[in-house]
This record gives sequence, structure tokens and C-alpha cells, in this order.
Amino acid sequence: MLKIDIKKCTGCKICEKVCPFGAIVIVDKIAQMQDNCTLCGACVNTCPEVALSIERRKVSEKELMLFSGIFIWGEYEEKDEGLIPKKVVKELLSQGRKLADRLDQALAVVVLGDGRLTGLETLIANGADRVIRCKHKLLGRYTADSFTNVISAVISKEKPSIFLFGATPNGRELAPRVAARLHLGLTADCTGLDINEKGEMVQTRPAFGGNIMASIVSPYTRPQMATVRPNVFSFGELDNSRKGEIQDFYVVLSPASIRTKVVAIEKLRDEREVSIEDADIIVSAGRGCKKKENLKLIRELAEELGGVMAGSRSIVELDWIPHTRQVGQSGLTVGPQLYIAVGISGAIQHLVGMSSAKTIIAINKDPDAPIFKVADLGIVGDAIEILPVLIKELKKSQSPCSNS
Amino acid sequence: MKILICVKQVPEITDVKINPETGTLIREGVDSILNPFCEYAVECGLDLRRHYSDIEIVAISMGPPQARAALMRCLEMGADRAILLADRKFAGSDTWATAFTLAEAIRAMEDDFDIILVGKQAIDGDTAQVGPELAEILGIPQIMYAVGVELTGNKKKIRVKREIETGNEIVEVKLPGLVSLSKGPMIRSVSSFKEILDARKKELRVITASDLNIDENVFGLKGSFTQVVKIFPPRVKKKGEVIDGSEAGGAAEKLVGFLRERNFI
Repeated sequence: MLKIDIKKCTGCKICEKVCPFGAIVIVDKIAQMQDNCTLCGACVNTCPEVALSIERRKVSEKELMLFSGIFIWGEYEEKDEGLIPKKVVKELLSQGRKLADRLDQALAVVVLGDGRLTGLETLIANGADRVIRCKHKLLGRYTADSFTNVISAVISKEKPSIFLFGATPNGRELAPRVAARLHLGLTADCTGLDINEKGEMVQTRPAFGGNIMASIVSPYTRPQMATVRPNVFSFGELDNSRKGEIQDFYVVLSPASIRTKVVAIEKLRDEREVSIEDADIIVSAGRGCKKKENLKLIRELAEELGGVMAGSRSIVELDWIPHTRQVGQSGLTVGPQLYIAVGISGAIQHLVGMSSAKTIIAINKDPDAPIFKVADLGIVGDAIEILPVLIKELKKSQSPCSNS
Repeated sequence: MKILICVKQVPEITDVKINPETGTLIREGVDSILNPFCEYAVECGLDLRRHYSDIEIVAISMGPPQARAALMRCLEMGADRAILLADRKFAGSDTWATAFTLAEAIRAMEDDFDIILVGKQAIDGDTAQVGPELAEILGIPQIMYAVGVELTGNKKKIRVKREIETGNEIVEVKLPGLVSLSKGPMIRSVSSFKEILDARKKELRVITASDLNIDENVFGLKGSFTQVVKIFPPRVKKKGEVIDGSEAGGAAEKLVGFLRERNFI
């Protein structure tokens, strides 16, 4: 339950303002909890006097059964002045649909944003039974504080049995914040989700840089929470005949609950260009490309194939490309149809970021490079000599005069 | 001003393998190091102290007695003192139990901190969860994926440059706060003889569960919300064709053929 230290409380009313449920009122300059408190915890962090705390106890098995519904965080990103769902949301809806059908529970997607939220019907066509819309002008841009408050409030009110996040940069910092607030078990970066005979979600994830897989359950806490690696689960065609409901969740948010302040943004990627996470074809460069000037060959090959350029951690550290194009454990996980690794040796940290690519081509001088273990076609040779010939051949074969 | 740096000792992961018969980790002969992202956090703290001298840097780790070596490395790099939370009762902690234990220790012993620095993730577990969980339990704001930190507003605030998906963001927050580091300067891999001697003179306190004076059921495996039910080796992909590409023309021809066969061109 919510504990209010009346010796510390100054009656400043901040908690009253930030409570999403109107469950705190100030009476005689002291905060008082009302019966409708859901223990979402939004007030605790914002109290300047540290007068609020929540005591949580483990729930019984009987209580666990009361939690129902597979919930997904529908992460949106800014594009062309609007907000659109990230690709990982479709992947989560597709996998979430399977879990929901297995458990005979509803699948809901929780979307947060300002007035620019669009595409909610598409989420239903992707598999959702419910779209829970959390609209507020302070939700137009992601912050850990505001999103933690709102998602914790949704969970506290709706009591789902499973809550999934995409393991995107924002998902990976938001999910643990919510899990810690509500005292929930959380598994990071899952690549497999299943239901066992007890009806628990079995969460499988790689550890030790992909050398080992671990299957994990959260037996005592609900919802069972996991972040799910993008580009691992596939998704099917839209089913526009699907029926679902769009519901509004009443959001209470005050600027006082957002403690971080963005003072500047430096754009390194035009939001209109395809991000490497969403790309179908990626040509990726490593230190074997020898010097920055040689990247123009990589870029040219990518353009010729209609793909995008990416790179390994080492060339990001050399400042040849920005971190927004980094593939691997400390960068992004990609899952294109075609991944061409040029001069990349294939350290395990790189492989975990790209091994779900459908087709992998590797060009490297070292015949023992680990990248060849995952490649469908490996070329042992000097990429800087091979690429110009390849680009020329491609241009020739694709020109209208050719007979091929 | 006090900066706490929470660090982890990790195996050099490229060496870790699984025993296919028993399904357990083969840890023999695997070297342990200070997690590289934690080194960035230590460097970040030292960099702040270079600019503002009156900063105390305390490194904290939870781990087995051997994790002392990772804290010695922090002391060699320049941390002022270190605390090791070592107790069999802490064993088997998941990220929640780890964050909870660290938070209890911080509350009990170092409650007057201004900044907590952590690495973005540990290279063994890769969860990146302990940082945000620790921040939430302590009720302080978090700034993740930082590449640079400076003090501002009369040392009452920090200004952090952090990586976001489309570029970088400069964020300010009033202290206390937690920052996770995703990058840093190139780090010298070996400490100098003098650094090693100096580090030996510094304080390294070992704390056990009983020192924290709370119900022991909240620690370790018992206090964890997640349970590992199985570990197994990853599926190995069928090996593809590897050809000699010493002659550029032939290699290019082979590539064009392959791309055409798979309908990429």
C-alpha cells in the first residue's frame, strides 16, 4: 500500500497533480490516499520531500490468475512531422497474437503520443483486439519519466498477464523502469516466446554474447514482462477484416513529473531515409575496408542494390560512420533479406546483431574469419579490389541495353 | 560532491562455451575483466574530477569474492575507495535483486551521493536493466546511452550528451541522477606499476547481507522475480559455400550469379 510520511509531507500538492487516478488529495496541508489508488507509483518519484513510498507484497497464485490479457507497447516514431508505429510493433503483434490464442486471452496494444497519433486501425489489422490510446501533449516526445508513469498506470488499472516491449533503445530503458516500479520480473532481449504447460510465458534469450541461450520464467509476478529483440519475429499480411476496439485511457501528466530536459538535438540521420533496422538490403563495412575513403564503394554498392550502408562497431569508433548505422550488440539488431559484410571479421558481438538476416554474403581476406561460419556465400579476397568490378558488373547487367 | 560508480566483473565472453552433455557453462580457464562499459563509467567520473577537484569517487560492485579484482582495477584507474557486496546469500540474483541489493547498500552507506554512473550494459548478460531499475528504486531520474557528461548550474545539474536513434540529444537534469555510458575514450588495458601500488593503499570494504540489516529473503535467488529454467547452446546455421576470391573478376562474377539466383537483381 501507499505510505505517506506525514512528518515529511509539506502539502505541496505535486503528488495530487501527478496522480493519474486522482487518488491523492491534500487535506489540511497533508496528502491523503483515496480508495481508488492503484499503486502505480507515479507520485513516489515526484515527491520532493521523499514522503511517499509503496509497500508491495508478493501475490498469491490465486491472485495471479486474475491477471489477463497480452499487452504490447506500441512504440511510435516521428516521421514526416507525424507519428507512426515502429516495425517491431508489427512483429510483437504477430507473436502476441499467437500467445493470446494459446491462452485464449485478448491482445491489446498500448500507444502513447500527442495529437499526431495515426494508424491505430492498422494495429487492429495487424492482430490487436484492443488499442489503448494514451493521448497527451506531453507524450509527443518520449521521456523515461512520462512513459513510465503512463504505462505503470495502464498496467495497474488493466492488470494484464503479459506485457511486451520492443528491445529498442527506448524500450530497453523504459521496461526496467516500469518493472522496478511495479516490482515485476523482466527478461531482456528475448528471441523466443512460448507458453508452458502451467500457462507461464517462457522467454528465451541469448546470453554471453550469443554463446548460450537461456529460457526464463517469471512465476510470481504479473504481468510477466519481456523486451523482444527487433527483426526476430516475422509478421504476415494485414487483415483488414479484423474487428477491434480503440479505447482512450485518461492520462494525467504534469510537467513536474518529467525531470529531464532536452536542450538540443543533433540529427545524424534524416528520418525520411530508411533506418538500418527496417532495411531489406544492407551493405555493411568493417575495419577491413582500410580507410574511410573506401566507404564510397560500400555506399555505391548499397545504392546499386537498393539498400543502405551500415558498419561494425570498430568503424563507428573510428568515426567513419555515425552510431545510428552501427550493427551489433552495442548497436542495432538488423534482419534484412540480404546482408553483405565487407571486411568484417565477425566477432560474436557483431554476429548477434545480424545473424537473423535471411541471406548473408561475406567478403574478407582472412579465410579463418568467423563471419564465414554464418555466411551463405563467402569470398576470401580483398574487397577493395573486388567491389569496383562487382559494381561495374551490376551496372552493366541492370542497364536497359543489356539482354539479361 | 560524491560520484558512485556501479561496476560488474565479467568473463571475457568470447571464450565462454557450454558443455553439451550437462548444459552448464564451462568457466574454467576463462579470464575475468572489468566490464568494458563500466570502464567508460569510471573514465567519465575521473574526467569530471579533472575539471572539478572536490569530487569523491566510490566504486561499488556486487559479486563473488573474486570480483575484488574488478574493483582493484577501478582503484588503479583512480577511484578513491571501493565497496564489494559479497555474500553467498546474494548468489543467483536476477537484475531486480541485483538493483535492489545495490540500492539498499547505497541507502545504508552512501546516501549522500550526487551522481551514479553505470555502464550501458554488461557484456555477459547484456540486459542493460540494472541501471534503470536502480534509478527507479532510488527514485532518481536516469539518462541512458551517454557519451559525455558535464556539470552545470553551480554543480546542481548535469548536462549529458546521449545517443538516440536518429542522432544525439543534449539533456539536462537536476541532481541526484543516474547516467549510463555507452562510449568513452580508448582505455589503457594495463595499469601501471605505480597505479597498482597506489591502489593497494586505498580502502576496499567488503559488505555482507547481515551488514545491510534487512530480511534475507529479499536477496539472491529467493529475492529474484525471474527464474532460469534451461540453458542450451544456440542453433548452428548450416555452413555456406566459401570460395577463393584472389582474382577480382572471378569473384565479382560469382557474386553477380549468386545475387541473380536469389532474385536480388
